[in-house]
Amino acid sequence: MLLELRDLHVNYGNVEALHGINLSVNEGEIVTILGANGAGKSTTLNSICGLVKATKGEILLDGEPIHSVPAHNIVKMGISQSPEGRRVFSTLTVEENMDLGAFTMKDSAKIERNREWIYDLFPRLLERRTQLAGTLSGGEQQMLAIGRALMSSPRLLLLDEPSLGLAPILVKSIFETIRKINKHGLTVILVEQNARAALKLADRGYVMEVGNIVLADDAKSLLSNPEIQSAYLGGKGL
Amino acid sequence: MEEFFQQLTNGLAVGGIYALIALGYTMVYGVLKLINFAHGDLFTIGAFLGLTLLTSLGLTDSVGPVAGLLVLAVMVVVLVGVVGYLLERIAYRPLRTSPRLSAVVSALGASIFFQNAIMLIWGARPLVYPHGLLPNITVDIFGVELPLIRIIMFAISVLLMCGLYYLTHKTRIGTAIRAAAIDQGAAKLMGIDVNRVISLVFMIGPALGGAAGVMVGLYYGQINFTMGWLYGLKAFTAAILGGIGNIPGAMLGGLLLGVVESLGAAYISIAWKDAISFLVLILILIVRPTGLLGERVADKV
Repeated sequence: MLLELRDLHVNYGNVEALHGINLSVNEGEIVTILGANGAGKSTTLNSICGLVKATKGEILLDGEPIHSVPAHNIVKMGISQSPEGRRVFSTLTVEENMDLGAFTMKDSAKIERNREWIYDLFPRLLERRTQLAGTLSGGEQQMLAIGRALMSSPRLLLLDEPSLGLAPILVKSIFETIRKINKHGLTVILVEQNARAALKLADRGYVMEVGNIVLADDAKSLLSNPEIQSAYLGGKGL
Repeated sequence: MEEFFQQLTNGLAVGGIYALIALGYTMVYGVLKLINFAHGDLFTIGAFLGLTLLTSLGLTDSVGPVAGLLVLAVMVVVLVGVVGYLLERIAYRPLRTSPRLSAVVSALGASIFFQNAIMLIWGARPLVYPHGLLPNITVDIFGVELPLIRIIMFAISVLLMCGLYYLTHKTRIGTAIRAAAIDQGAAKLMGIDVNRVISLVFMIGPALGGAAGVMVGLYYGQINFTMGWLYGLKAFTAAILGGIGNIPGAMLGGLLLGVVESLGAAYISIAWKDAISFLVLILILIVRPTGLLGERVADKV
């Protein structure tokens, strides 16, 4: 098992946002987390990255606890996130954003290999590499956020709402790229509002409601689960 | 024409000082969105430390004036950098998650603390830098006789600014500083230790301010424990003028303010010198609150 969350609790001030969640991810999987706004999906990803601290429970990477590791050291352990809302560094160039993705890397040959692979995945970024990131379109910024996260050679990639606000055609291509990234050997945790597309892509899925995991199953079973269909897939079956 | 050229170069020399101090305000504002009101006093500390080291070590006698002043400047820069580091650790870091106002009050408190500490250590009377450290010669440029020290001062400011620009825009750690200024959370996701970046900014800014303090001591000859207040306000004006948070903006704002002030003093009235500076502040706040180079790119949502 690559990553395991055990009875994870997270508080924001006095309010508990995660009420003890259990979640596991195997090497090579795509795992999706579904749920409405405020269910705790982003909080879960941010606690894995160390941006928010667990008040109780454990986060294990390869069986080793990482929940007390500061956020800036998590990247070196092979976990990288493309955050919700993309959060590219808007007044820096595309190339500078990419370089920052490799901030923890020492091996320059490897950095260049990563860069080449990422520009291969997203040729648009190569075209726009001298532009300021803030001048990119939403879809291009999403590509940059994912590309930047890939620069650190992660084993585990966390994607928070990569399709949010994108045109349908771009959504499709982003999902195809996620599949390619997974085929390349990366394990992926995908948080998505676009539940149908996410479940089609994923191996397994978790469903969150107000800080709890209420359902965990194979992606296929979730797709055909009537409750999931009515709550997240717009009522109708496939 | 001669008068104009004299005033222009004087303005550039003084503007260089403003720019060096303004960089400290703007860099700290960039990463913490905090106006470090104690920054002007760090500049004063630089001036006083410079004088003490100058008179006690006798460096200019043992290794010559140029090398001596250079060694002195390096020592002051390091020492004031350390003071800046401690200031952040003691007065600002514990308040990092508190409301913004707490940190501002802490900054004002730190300023009062520094001013009184300087007064207690060095006394309330103005002190005088030794005369004749640098040969009092003039250089002929385009038929105008300019004091050598003015040219050296301007050159050093520009050199330091180029160095800082190189650091922030061409190096890995500089890119990390700019990234932390844009989005601390995202910077952490890149593996950047944001606390270390903030510490670094609190060493670089005060170090530049300290260097400016020594230069003012050498240029005007006289220093006193409250000088940081006025210079601090002027430099703050310069930082706003250029666009607070923007590094090239602080450089441009400083030089521009120096020139405007110097020309205003010469052609309008010397008594109005400070008023002119703050008129610039008021005008820029009314007409272009983001400053000359502020907010070049809008965030896409």
